[in-house]
Amino acid sequence: MSVLEILHYPDPRLKEISKNVEEFDSELHQFIADLEETMRAGPGGVGIAAPQVGRLQRIAIVDVSGKPKTQNHGKLILINPEITEWHGMKKGREGCMSVPDFTGNVIRAEKIKLKTQDQDGAWHEYELEGFEARAVQHELDHLDGLLFLDRLVSRRSDLFERKVYK
Amino acid sequence: MASQKWFMLTLVGKDRPGIVAHITTALFDGGANLGEASMMRLGGNFTIMMMVQFDGTHHALEQIVEGVAESLDLHLHIDAIEGHLHQHLVPDVRITVYGADRAGIVAKVTGTLAETGLHILDLESDVGGSEDQPIYIMQIEGHASEGVEALESALEIVRKEGIEAHMETIDTMIG
Repeated sequence: MSVLEILHYPDPRLKEISKNVEEFDSELHQFIADLEETMRAGPGGVGIAAPQVGRLQRIAIVDVSGKPKTQNHGKLILINPEITEWHGMKKGREGCMSVPDFTGNVIRAEKIKLKTQDQDGAWHEYELEGFEARAVQHELDHLDGLLFLDRLVSRRSDLFERKVYK
Repeated sequence: MASQKWFMLTLVGKDRPGIVAHITTALFDGGANLGEASMMRLGGNFTIMMMVQFDGTHHALEQIVEGVAESLDLHLHIDAIEGHLHQHLVPDVRITVYGADRAGIVAKVTGTLAETGLHILDLESDVGGSEDQPIYIMQIEGHASEGVEALESALEIVRKEGIEAHMETIDTMIG
């Protein structure tokens, strides 16, 4: 296994839309192992998406199980993931390994339903909430060329949140 | 990069459209670079606090800005600062306070919170409501240097005085 190089904005690859994974082979498994090692090497990283290391495929990993008192499903390997339902919204602070030394507030759905393949191509459905749901939404944005910078909201919106989520 | 010189520019004056564009254009034309900044309309005035990196002297920087500041009727103040970029502290609590406006709210709340370890990184406050019934609203982001429980007990004290106060922890998600 090896730690891969993380791309930093303004690398244009971070703004690309990634393609679906078609081949669930040993090369994919090797890449996922490297991607996980890269995520764990970053300080406090609870998620990573393939475009962050320059591979424009719909692959992400989320694991918030290391956070105390946080509801979670352990390590989630997400291949061709799709969010099928969004419920509620909440502001939270995010940072990104591809955007060093900046954190900002972003509104995300509080609960989501997720349909995804695993590394062998089998389909799964999950209901996620809170911090884990936030992490998944952040990583899935990477697959569509979006960074949390695209979704920043001002502190002033805290009291009177408008109902906008896209 | 280690030898960069930084200044803090403060500009205050009656608000009107175009202030930011005029000031930043003058700075750019004069060879200065901008760093972190806070710019905001407060009570009909426009206020700018801005880190500016400039290789020349205090006086030379003043000459770049003073003409445009004067034409916009802005008070200008420049300090040489010991400053650097990439020194962000990440807040771990957000506190919102509101109540009928009355003298001493901010002193009461921030005094109590300071005693229990709050380091304020960012504070915004506003007065809303109507002229005869103003309400005061304040949002603080900060670092709880003695833990969140200590701050919660401080907010209890504040609430006893009829001020609404709530706190949430900020758990920054890095992905």
